[in-house]
Amino acid sequence: MRSIIKASVATLTATTILAGAAFADGHAKLSGELNITSDMSNPAPRAVMERLAAQFDEKHPNLTVNLTVVDREAWKTQIRNSLSANAPDVVNWYAANRMGPYVSAGLFEDISDVWAEPAFEALASTKGAMTIDGKQWGVPYTYYQWGIYYREDIFKELGLSEPATFDEEMANCAKIVESGRKCYTIGSKFLWTAGGWFDYMNMRTNGFDFHMELAQGSVEWTDERVRETFSNWRKLIDMGAFVDDHQNYSWQEALPFMVKGEATAYLMGNFAVAPLREAGLTDDQLGFYQFPLIADVPQGEDAPTDTFHIPSGAMNKDAAREFLRFVTSEAVQSDINGNELGQLPVNSASSVADDKFITKGFDMLSNNAKGGVAQFFDRDFPAEMASAGMEGLQEFMVFPDNLDDILARLEETRARVYK
Amino acid sequence: MSAPADTPVTSNRGWYRRNEIAITPWLFLIPGIVFFSIYVVMPIFQSFWISFHEWDGLGDKTYVGTAHYERLLGIGDQKMDRKFEVSFWNNIKWLVLYLLAIPMGLFIALFLNQTVRGIRLYKSLFFFPFVISQVVVGLVFSWFYLPREGLLNAILGFFNMGSLNILGDPTMATYGIIAAGLWPQTAYCMILYLTGLNAVDPEQVEAARLDGAKGHKMLWYVILPQLKPATFIAFVVTIIGALRSFDLISIMTNGGPFGSTRVLSFYMFEESLSEFGFRMGYGSAIATVLFFIMLGFIVYFLYSMWREEKEAR
Repeated sequence: MRSIIKASVATLTATTILAGAAFADGHAKLSGELNITSDMSNPAPRAVMERLAAQFDEKHPNLTVNLTVVDREAWKTQIRNSLSANAPDVVNWYAANRMGPYVSAGLFEDISDVWAEPAFEALASTKGAMTIDGKQWGVPYTYYQWGIYYREDIFKELGLSEPATFDEEMANCAKIVESGRKCYTIGSKFLWTAGGWFDYMNMRTNGFDFHMELAQGSVEWTDERVRETFSNWRKLIDMGAFVDDHQNYSWQEALPFMVKGEATAYLMGNFAVAPLREAGLTDDQLGFYQFPLIADVPQGEDAPTDTFHIPSGAMNKDAAREFLRFVTSEAVQSDINGNELGQLPVNSASSVADDKFITKGFDMLSNNAKGGVAQFFDRDFPAEMASAGMEGLQEFMVFPDNLDDILARLEETRARVYK
Repeated sequence: MSAPADTPVTSNRGWYRRNEIAITPWLFLIPGIVFFSIYVVMPIFQSFWISFHEWDGLGDKTYVGTAHYERLLGIGDQKMDRKFEVSFWNNIKWLVLYLLAIPMGLFIALFLNQTVRGIRLYKSLFFFPFVISQVVVGLVFSWFYLPREGLLNAILGFFNMGSLNILGDPTMATYGIIAAGLWPQTAYCMILYLTGLNAVDPEQVEAARLDGAKGHKMLWYVILPQLKPATFIAFVVTIIGALRSFDLISIMTNGGPFGSTRVLSFYMFEESLSEFGFRMGYGSAIATVLFFIMLGFIVYFLYSMWREEKEAR
């Protein structure tokens, strides 16, 4: 009896030492299968994901990596079934509140241990977005800035310069409208684009902290400060700054206004650059500036982060953890974000792509986002509040006179959603 | 036949043999009953059950009693859920206006019920919209309605009548979608009437003609009564079609602008299964209300079918 216990203790120690050694040299002897389900279904991200899987597979000869790519939109509803039955080892999702339901249902693995490793200090800037209840539930792999993309050539033609304050912005806009153009294109059919405008108007009028308080439900929608945000926004709406009939268009359908020069700017995420370039705009014609200041508050910025998570039902968690270390490593981050993704690396040691918009965005987020970095309206606000909110925002953009009614409705929703 | 006339033979036959007449129909019905109860009846009761709970589809259910119904219907000190109210009235609009498909289908069927060269081709062309997917119909109509480039506005512009943004205007959008839905639905009713017209008794038409009936009198008193079965079916499929109106809304406006084109089925989907949804309890409560509205129609249909059969006997 005694010898058996002794033997097993010995084996256990041996295994631990072995594991420790393997861990130390960074090339754990991983075996078995690693099943990855990814939502990176657009052509460029898909190529990235396939390459990552292949590289990881090559690095670990005893490990077979199986990659399943699911349509990005479909994944938003499929993830539920996928996590609860026969879960893969690694999945894609989004940061902040969007993780909430899965974390509280215990479907995501707590990976605070991985975050505690020294290598993860390079990811500190995104740690907050991955934290719920003081624990980390996934790792980011890419993020991108939001801001105003504009037609530099039209600005030059009208003798305008990049505005730094809201007054300059409105003065610019008045001239643009006078020239028979619209200041901003937007397509609000799928609502979230209006959320981007609200994020910025509110963060600039009342500051980042107030915006987050609103997102967390501790401020009433009928609050005077919220009204001030809307009244600033209304100034632009009343001067005819936005394209007409935007409620009919998706964000892609709103791009031609900018390409044809009927509208001069677009408040969007950096992913809008690729289609604008494809449509024939050169880097001389296209510029980028940070959303101008309204009140004297530190700027908050939207920078949505896309993530990887380990489902708690995963079979090969060791390999999954190693994969998360792999995708967030300096080299991989420089590689994927610098090439196909064309976005910002989450690892601060990584190099940033030599691209006008990415370098500007990187500079803006590192030096000029003192207020804080938000995820986005539909990721920071809880789902029910976000959907009711964005619907109200769209209505406000079309019928600004309905504001009282809209705010009363949102307040009613707020009172119900946050309990 | 005549040999086993004596009684003991009966006892020799097996139990199944003895009860063959009574049991066989049930044997044939078993697969249907099993699948119907697993895939239709049970989910209905499950929905009832879920509608009394708060549930995100993942974690534990919390029992909340009739709270969802109170919020939905505005019982107690709260107002009726606005989204529900809008959806409900849109459903009524769909039900009433969708019925236009029946007279329009009848008219086209009467028009096509003649023998000219190539009539088969014309008939199939008229039937075409029913064959293509609703998604395609929705896309075609949303392009047709486009505020700047759309064909509708090109036509209006030609006559100097200004421009309309039908799908972007909360007061018109629902009517715009119903108009799109009427296109395939009319074709469906037309086919029903065309087959019905084939069965019209030529002798009765002849006799009526001898009696001097023509024009709308002929239609009203002689043809239409004979088309009654076709009308009934057209009515049933149109009502069901109106209550199921989901794909067109999803494609053309996605429930917008600002939720003004939602119907109950779309609202149910949004609450329970869409990207920002997963409020299964509330979604189920909407489903239950929709179920009872449909039940009203179903009971009416079953009753009139039963009455008809009784009269026929």
